Amino acid sequence: MNRTHRALALASSLWLCALGGVVAAQAPLGIGRRATPAEIAAWDDDVRPDGAGLPAGSGTPAAGATLFAARCSRCHGATGKEGPNDVLVGAQPREGFPFAKDPAIPHTIGNYWPYATTVFDYIRRAMPPDAPGSLSDTDVYNLTAFLLHANELVAANAVIDATTLPTVVMPARPHFVRDTRTP
Amino acid sequence: MKLTRRELLAGAASTLALTATAAAQSTPAPIDPTRVRGRAARVLGQRASTEPLQRVGRGATASGTPHEALMGIITPADLHFERHHGGVPDIDPAHYSLLIHGMVERPMVFTLADLKRFPSVSRIHFLECSGNLNRTAGPETTAGQLAGLTSTSEWTGVALSALFKEVGVSPKATWFLAEGMDAAKLTRSIPVSKARDDAFIAYGQNGEPIRPEQGYPARLFLPGWEGNTNVKWLRRIELSDQPFMTREETSKYTEPFANGTARMFSFAMDARSLITSPSFSGTLQRGPVEINGIAWTGAGTIRRVDVSTDGGKSWHAATLQEPVLSKAHTRFRYQWNWTGGEAVIMSRAVDESGYMQPTRAALLALRGPGTATYHLNPITGWVVRADGRVFYNEEAWG
Repeated sequence: MNRTHRALALASSLWLCALGGVVAAQAPLGIGRRATPAEIAAWDDDVRPDGAGLPAGSGTPAAGATLFAARCSRCHGATGKEGPNDVLVGAQPREGFPFAKDPAIPHTIGNYWPYATTVFDYIRRAMPPDAPGSLSDTDVYNLTAFLLHANELVAANAVIDATTLPTVVMPARPHFVRDTRTP
Repeated sequence: MKLTRRELLAGAASTLALTATAAAQSTPAPIDPTRVRGRAARVLGQRASTEPLQRVGRGATASGTPHEALMGIITPADLHFERHHGGVPDIDPAHYSLLIHGMVERPMVFTLADLKRFPSVSRIHFLECSGNLNRTAGPETTAGQLAGLTSTSEWTGVALSALFKEVGVSPKATWFLAEGMDAAKLTRSIPVSKARDDAFIAYGQNGEPIRPEQGYPARLFLPGWEGNTNVKWLRRIELSDQPFMTREETSKYTEPFANGTARMFSFAMDARSLITSPSFSGTLQRGPVEINGIAWTGAGTIRRVDVSTDGGKSWHAATLQEPVLSKAHTRFRYQWNWTGGEAVIMSRAVDESGYMQPTRAALLALRGPGTATYHLNPITGWVVRADGRVFYNEEAWG
């Protein structure tokens, strides 16, 4: 780094400090407008692991099976195992979490997904790709129930709703660890 | 770059030769440009017809930067890599808005014009997809095909901290959800601390409005963090006191490790380097060869890049192009004299934290042969064969 570069670096760091000071001390500028409750409700459709955001309604594996055949099987296979897109169904392996050892093991809802609420959130958010947003909340509950049952996570007569979905035990969950690299 | 240009010229020359042969003796000599008036001005610039640059195709959901054809540190905007999960949406900027709600004092809506009224920031940063290693690459693989999912641009926008001030983020909020306006409505959970650090919302790229495949009209930009978290076509931010555990941060973008765990929220991209010249499909002449490439790290600045011309037995410090910018591609150069004979050239980056880019063997031992493709940054190299032709130094993964 020559003298010019040092001077530039010093000047830019001083400038950044000054900018940081301005931002930190800044009061609201009065730009933008308040969101209405209706606007928030129209877009706020995410679901958290604690169940926050889950709508009213419920679903069952039996009802979901019919819907899966009609709307999902073209990409995920008749039983959710055949593809050609993501393999969704497969309860094994339940022990050892050997995904790093064997690239042939598909990452399914049953063996890899750590949270059941994610299934509902993702289907409602993005599925099916040829008509995203076209499924009703009841449809999504039914499909979620079907996929959880197919992965041997809930019984055939289970009713999946805002109360039961967050309680579904996902075998993969203890294997997930937060990143500990220093930033 | 010399090589590529040389090849192009050679290709152009042989094309001319063929044309000349086909047209027998009737083709006139090339026009002397000093003896004929050139074309008139036009309102949109174009590349030279002899430089047909394009991205590296990777199916319907991604395309990569052709690093073997580029120089310096800035990626032309139309060659910046793209990756999307629901296609590239068409968004009318007049109907664009960003909603910020959740654990805030004042849930608010900002139009694009609103975002541009805030004090602006402009920074040069790399952006890299966390799945940026082609593990099945064979000898005839270009630098762009191997690792084209990283690019560097000057990004312009508004600090996220300024918007958070505007809505009054609760001191109890620790995470926020960022959601896109595409058919995937892609969502990622981001620590609020990143907003205090250096996160911003970008609406400009290399001096112009960002391209549709980069998130037009506005995207989240998280310097140094995996591409997927830099949510494009950003329409909503929800403050929370816990992560949302979306599909992209649980079943995808998590990395199995050999110890039977899967790492999640792996935000920072580790240090990496890539020799872009010479590379496939170049051919060397004996004598002086400039080895150059790019290095980058999510930890900040690149401290050093070492180059080896003997397959990693000995290493030599390369020269870094100044200024070395934080969380940006850094061009490195090393002058080599190729005397003939087969050689394997490699590079390894060391960043400001002291982290050194790992060997493939070290990374494989940590991550395992079955691990997902995310966050793989091994030392890679190119084989110079005795006849001067250059190929990717193929190494099996696992």
